[in-house]
Amino acid sequence: MTATSAPARAVPDATAPPAAPPGGRARRLLPFSPWHLALAPLALLFAIPLVWLLLSSVMSDAEINRFPPALWPSHLDFSGYRYVLGNAMFPRWFANSLIVSVTAVVSNLVFGALGGYAFARMRFAGSRVLLATMLATMAIPFQLTMIPTFLVMKRLGLIDSLGALIVPSLVTPFAVFLLRQFFLSLPRELEEAAWIDGCNRLRVLWSVVLPLSRPALSTVAVLTFLSTWNDLTWPLIAINHDAHYTLQLGLTTFQGQHHTKWSAVMAGNVITVLPVLLAFLGAQKQFIQSITSSGLKG
Amino acid sequence: MPRLPTPLTLPAGAPTDAELRRARRRRRRAETTTAWAFILPSVLVIIGLSILPVIWSLLLSFQADDLVTPSRWVGLQNYHALTQDPNFRQAVRNTLIYTVLYVPLSMVLGLLLALALNHRIKLVGLYRTLFFVPFVISAAAQGVLFSFILDPEFGAANSVLHKLHLPAQGFLTDPGQALYVLVAISLWSGTGFCLVVYLAALQDVPPSLIEAARLDGAGRRHLLRHVVLPTLTPVNVFLLVWQVIQSLQVFDLVYVTTKGGPLGSTTVIVYFIWQMAFQNFTAGYGAAAAYVLAVALLVIGAGTRLLRRRGPDRLEGATR
Repeated sequence: MTATSAPARAVPDATAPPAAPPGGRARRLLPFSPWHLALAPLALLFAIPLVWLLLSSVMSDAEINRFPPALWPSHLDFSGYRYVLGNAMFPRWFANSLIVSVTAVVSNLVFGALGGYAFARMRFAGSRVLLATMLATMAIPFQLTMIPTFLVMKRLGLIDSLGALIVPSLVTPFAVFLLRQFFLSLPRELEEAAWIDGCNRLRVLWSVVLPLSRPALSTVAVLTFLSTWNDLTWPLIAINHDAHYTLQLGLTTFQGQHHTKWSAVMAGNVITVLPVLLAFLGAQKQFIQSITSSGLKG
Repeated sequence: MPRLPTPLTLPAGAPTDAELRRARRRRRRAETTTAWAFILPSVLVIIGLSILPVIWSLLLSFQADDLVTPSRWVGLQNYHALTQDPNFRQAVRNTLIYTVLYVPLSMVLGLLLALALNHRIKLVGLYRTLFFVPFVISAAAQGVLFSFILDPEFGAANSVLHKLHLPAQGFLTDPGQALYVLVAISLWSGTGFCLVVYLAALQDVPPSLIEAARLDGAGRRHLLRHVVLPTLTPVNVFLLVWQVIQSLQVFDLVYVTTKGGPLGSTTVIVYFIWQMAFQNFTAGYGAAAAYVLAVALLVIGAGTRLLRRRGPDRLEGATR
């Protein structure tokens, strides 16, 4: 948890409540800051749906299906999880999602770093035009390209296979551009030393530049994982056969088929949400940094 | 293997100008080759799957195409049909309602939360986590979760209303409510993003600026009104553009929860495009609708660009 980073640089009184002078008295009346009176209920409201997700995934169907439904499980019932992991396609969908997301993360790091380094440090004909073109593609909405991308994938014979999910996410202009910007900010002198020692470009990139680029690399990794793991639109278009579903796609069809077995649907939902949630709680600082920095300074 | 240092020796005859130039050209060519090897994968994927499709999409929008049989050129007929199509008009209206509600609400709520959480109070980290976590959850998972909670018969929401002796609601099954319920769900997941961005910006407000204003006798409200909020202008512009673009493109949540229904009350533009291209197999028509959306997004992007350029530069400088 990064509870420390937020208040550390906070500007204490810059934005205090309009009722500031009497607020001093209120602070003495209450054993805690009056801000909590507004924040706590709202935070609770934000947390309830997720708490309910967890609770309902361990309820029995009888508890869920009676009216009005129980709001609290009388005992822990894992039949939903057993159902999902046992006889459904869920493990397979999980594996598909993992394959697609991990491939996307690795290849975005590799190709993004190669491309970004070439744009940052090498001089070659047409590099400016190429970079500008790549940059411009970031402004193209996916909806505009999705129909032709489907047709391209069809010509490549990849429709209805994991390949159709992997190829378009191999590298994004965002990865190339973000890494280029970061490489530009590194001092050239470090690389020149390696140059003089006789390293080639690849070697310099690998052993000098990349070790210094952790923050940028983790930003690319985090955002790539988040967007590929959570994507629904493209798998919906590119995949027909349920053996090639991703978790998101599987979950939505699963909900349609097992509407009455809500405990199983919710267990499946927990499994879908869990990897991203764990990644977030584990690397909260990186997550928040990458999301704000990519938006604000990208 | 480390090479032993060898004494520098010059070749017998010093290199001529021509030789030097040739050597430089050779080096330059080697560099070009390496550079292209480095960028080729990115170029293939990015150009091949964006520039090419953009052109293809434009051509498609002038054709009748079912994604299977050869297509037929129809000129501007698709665009003409769009102007007549009541479903498209409804999709545009729904998208605009969604955007007009979601964007300002998420920004205001995010800003208020950020102002509150910018204080030295306990549990700041916990609050930030709670508000932000919904943002990382996929729209598919959100949709499944909320269609369960808001299920008119089995849902917890109606169960709570029942306990409070309030009438049960249709939520996503009620044509009059569904779009607003979708806005509420989006607020649940999207406010955290605004909060985090605002919080980062607030912490970038230079303390010296606040110190100076306070020495000049500014009260807390003045400080907020005249120092803190103006420095947020670039962030406001960024969030406005970002959130508008996101909401004009909303799809996943609609697909999972309502499938555009009931009675088309939640059909948004992207859902309309998807339906036309991949359900009705009228890809050309879908491409035309996509082009309309893309041009709208482009205009918004270009418009704010102009606005930013004319806007107060000194404020932008203040936050960096």
